[in-house]
Amino acid sequence: MRVFEKLKLDWDVPIEVRGLRTQFGTNVIHENLDLRLNAGEILGVVGGSGSGKSVLLNTLLDLKKPDAGKILVFGRERSSLSVQDRRLIDNRTGVLFQGGALFSSLTVQENIMVPMRQHTDLPVALMRELADMKINMVGLPRHAATLSPSDLSGGMRKRAGLARALALDPQMLFLDEPTAGLDPIGANAFDELILQLRDALGLTVFMVTHDLDSLFAICDRVAVLVDKHIPIADTLDNVIKYDHPWVREYFGGPRSRAASLGKAI
Amino acid sequence: MSLRPHTSSDAYSFEIEDEQLIVRAFGRWDLHTVKEIDVALKADLEALGYGYADVDMAETGYIQIIFDFADLTRMDTAGAFILTRTIGCHDGFCRRWCVRNATDGQKGLVYAAAEAAEGMAPLKPRPWYSPLETLGKASVRALSETYDTIAFLGQFMMVMAKVILNPRRVRWKSVTSLIETVGLDAVPIVMTLSFFIGAVIAFMGSDLLQSFGAKIFMVDLVGIAVLREFAVLITAILLAGRSNSAFTAQIGSMKMRQEIDAMVVIGMSKEEVLVAPRAIACLVAMPILTFAAMIAGLGGGLLVAWSQDISPVLFLARLKEVVPLNHFWVGMIKAPVFALVIAVIGCRQGFAVGGSVESLGARTTTSVVQAIFTVIVLDAMFAMLFLRLGM
Repeated sequence: MRVFEKLKLDWDVPIEVRGLRTQFGTNVIHENLDLRLNAGEILGVVGGSGSGKSVLLNTLLDLKKPDAGKILVFGRERSSLSVQDRRLIDNRTGVLFQGGALFSSLTVQENIMVPMRQHTDLPVALMRELADMKINMVGLPRHAATLSPSDLSGGMRKRAGLARALALDPQMLFLDEPTAGLDPIGANAFDELILQLRDALGLTVFMVTHDLDSLFAICDRVAVLVDKHIPIADTLDNVIKYDHPWVREYFGGPRSRAASLGKAI
Repeated sequence: MSLRPHTSSDAYSFEIEDEQLIVRAFGRWDLHTVKEIDVALKADLEALGYGYADVDMAETGYIQIIFDFADLTRMDTAGAFILTRTIGCHDGFCRRWCVRNATDGQKGLVYAAAEAAEGMAPLKPRPWYSPLETLGKASVRALSETYDTIAFLGQFMMVMAKVILNPRRVRWKSVTSLIETVGLDAVPIVMTLSFFIGAVIAFMGSDLLQSFGAKIFMVDLVGIAVLREFAVLITAILLAGRSNSAFTAQIGSMKMRQEIDAMVVIGMSKEEVLVAPRAIACLVAMPILTFAAMIAGLGGGLLVAWSQDISPVLFLARLKEVVPLNHFWVGMIKAPVFALVIAVIGCRQGFAVGGSVESLGARTTTSVVQAIFTVIVLDAMFAMLFLRLGM
């Protein structure tokens, strides 16, 4: 695509973080944090409660400004881009917030159409068709299109949120605890779905998660957010061997053992 | 054999080879280009007899379709969807097709899109009687709304009776803090508004009565109008806008976050915890506010009268002489009634909030409208009642 070539975007590295520091007042959340995301991979980010996973996500999404350091999106700093160019990049990212963050005054179908209305000039009938296809793609029943978010269960709301995140066919997908609050069957199905979509659409996925099953099942690499930075982001096998008390406790607990057993079977 | 497309779209071309239709896709097939491609593709297929609208297997026969992606630069789900839904599938019928010269990603994309398109059945259009249905639903809703409000009123009476019989059950802490927000914080605005109303009545009155040479009667007018009607009405309407909406929003957002469910589970009575303090606060604050409004209204009248050469001493003497005390009591007696209306409607609408933000907004609006409506209707009924009683 010519526009993108002109922007000198680096497709192989959707996100690169160098020396990031974020803080609220004097409370430092991240210090000297480095992270690199490779195209086409699913990266799981783990860390204790309050370790700043969601803050990291918000910083990557430009919802919070970093206090120091650089965030390169497709090889460019957001602040170095013009408004239009930034929009081109924003079009390439989809986000699933923790609760789905669906607009409660709109139906599911209309929710999925919102990004399309904002960024394309497609006729409404075609947008509806595309929205219905996304609804189908994320495994929601057909009649869900006309329901409003308050009529949906938690799992369905997440699927609907995912459908909206996929509305513009993003290259990058940010997921904030996608399987939290789902029953194991629903969580497995969601993991499956993300893997499937990654393979079909070539997505790069940044996933904040607490779900050990997800980590074992679908993540290519796992980044550990501990002590205000990410000391290791590697394959799960290497992360488990990493020598840090928190990591040992996290992956050495009974839940982790059960999850790894599940993977082995 | 090469078929020339009727439209001048350069996104694809058709070719027929050994009974097979080969569709070559060129360039970009993504969200930003599908609009034109969709229109052109449909038109071309119609012209070729492969219409999107008339997929008749018996007539067109099972001609194999091959999608050739050799010259495709970019395709996303929208493009894949357009391709497969227009050429491949319609209404659950699918022609046989396959993909060649595609990357694995493109293949996955086309199959995923085709699969998603396959399960899609067109939505039924709205039936002709849908306006009637809306009307019927609205009527039923209005009836059940009235019923629910009356039922809530009954429940509320029971709780209040219980609370009065056992005052220790009242949460005095929340009562006092509510009296502050409902009453004290509203004093400046209530007094200011009432002051202006009193002044306006005095102006209008003096202007009109002067032509009869009866300017002094403006004192009667201001006194009776402010004491009987305006002070209490202004206070009630202001409270309906200020506190009633706050009650609905507070209780409604508690409902949305399941706080009320938690209360019930813990064994607290939601009426006792949430409704009774608000009702008591309103009952206390409303008469005080009404009194303040009366003073301010009379003050406004007095100031205007002064500017019209009726001295404050004369104004007050005349007021005492011609406006008997019963006008004051007529005004004051309405205050607690309006206070209850505001508290009950505010709380009841708060409990009726559903799960969505939208319903919170709708309920808050309904709450204010209902409260002001009820206050004015009740005021009219009071006026008739007092007229009959000769007060």
